[in-house]
Amino acid sequence: MAKIKGDIVVNIERCKGCEVCIAACPFTCIAMSEEVNSKGYHFAIKVNDECTGCSNCALVCPDGVITVYRAKVTAE
Amino acid sequence: MEEKFAHPELRKPEHLVYKTTDLMVDCPLSYCPGCGHGVVHRMLMEVLEEKEIASKTIGVNPVGCSVLAYDFMNIDMLGAAHGRAPAVATAIKRLWPDHYVFTYQGDGDLAAIGTAETIHACNRGENFTIIFINNGIYGMTGGQMAPTTLPGMRTSTSPYGRDIEIMGHPLKITELIAQLPGTYYVTRQSVQTPSAVRKTKKALRKAFDLQDQKKGISFVEVVSNCNSGWKMTPVQSNIWMEENMFPVYPLGDIKVDGELVTRS
Ligand SMILES: Cc1ncc(C[n+]2csc(CCOP(=O)(O)OP(=O)(O)O)c2C)c(N)n1
Ligand code: SF4
Ligand code: SF4
Ligand code: SF4
Ligand SMILES: [Mg+2]
Repeated sequence: MAKIKGDIVVNIERCKGCEVCIAACPFTCIAMSEEVNSKGYHFAIKVNDECTGCSNCALVCPDGVITVYRAKVTAE
Repeated sequence: MEEKFAHPELRKPEHLVYKTTDLMVDCPLSYCPGCGHGVVHRMLMEVLEEKEIASKTIGVNPVGCSVLAYDFMNIDMLGAAHGRAPAVATAIKRLWPDHYVFTYQGDGDLAAIGTAETIHACNRGENFTIIFINNGIYGMTGGQMAPTTLPGMRTSTSPYGRDIEIMGHPLKITELIAQLPGTYYVTRQSVQTPSAVRKTKKALRKAFDLQDQKKGISFVEVVSNCNSGWKMTPVQSNIWMEENMFPVYPLGDIKVDGELVTRS
């Protein structure tokens, strides 16, 4: 069965840890890191495998640091 | 950092569905974490990219937090003195009528010091787009009260809340300029949720499309947050904005095709 699978890449050095993306994700895929980047901000990380590549997080990200990928994959 | 749920097999150009447009300069934005300015910049640049008009567009940046917009938008821009962007844009558009011209202004810039320029450019029916970021405060200078500050809202110059008996009412400048025959499209949007962002982009697209028709000002207000000035976290500020700003500044079209929209 074909399934839509997504992935996000966060530019962690440019993320300001505002958490706006967390509120925008329909599948609670994003949380803040425990570590901080060189500016001292916690950054967005993916915390589950539910991402569909809907791009909601990337749309609302004020700093435009999220890149989104999406593909149809055949489930094993 | 090791990513636990990474999918390298998906991270290929053929699977790319969203990335920040190259019309945004590849540099950190000067805005506070969570500030709506960055989203509006990006949607604006996406519209210019999709319309393929970046090289034919000239923007005028304001004084305010977005004074540095020329550093972030990879297009030709000119800086105007505080509040004077519509006057500068008038000159540019009249000299270069085949170019797309916009101003990008905060509420202090557009509705306080620049009220005269705003109203007269709108009344003359100039053929450019005004993008108005209403966060109800002077963000850049430390959160002073703006004409758009809500009744009761605390700012650094209204520490006990805006008392309308002394400080006057919030100025709904967007409703005001919609009354003028020189405005053709007037709308109010926001950027705190994915669907709101999509609507704002649509409105910006329409505003730039209308410049071809030369029927007057297209005016897009974006009600936005200033979490630093409001002294809230970004997520809190977006909720506060929905609960407090939207009742006073309701979202939606105010004037379409030169006709005021009647709300039921
Ligand atoms: C002639 C002049 N008067 C006052 C100032 C100080 N000043 C700079 S930005 C600003 C207001 C900015 O507020 P707004 O336009 O709402 O932009 P925001 O920072 O909230 O996006 C003021 C009063 C100035 N730079 N020049
Ligand atoms: S692309 Fe959609 S599903 Fe994936 S993390 Fe972003 S908001 Fe969540
Ligand atoms: S919205 Fe953008 S800047 Fe804010 S935490 Fe998420 S990825 Fe970082
Ligand atoms: S002070 Fe307010 S408007 Fe300015 S960048 Fe910060 S949050 Fe945005
Ligand atoms: Mg402001």
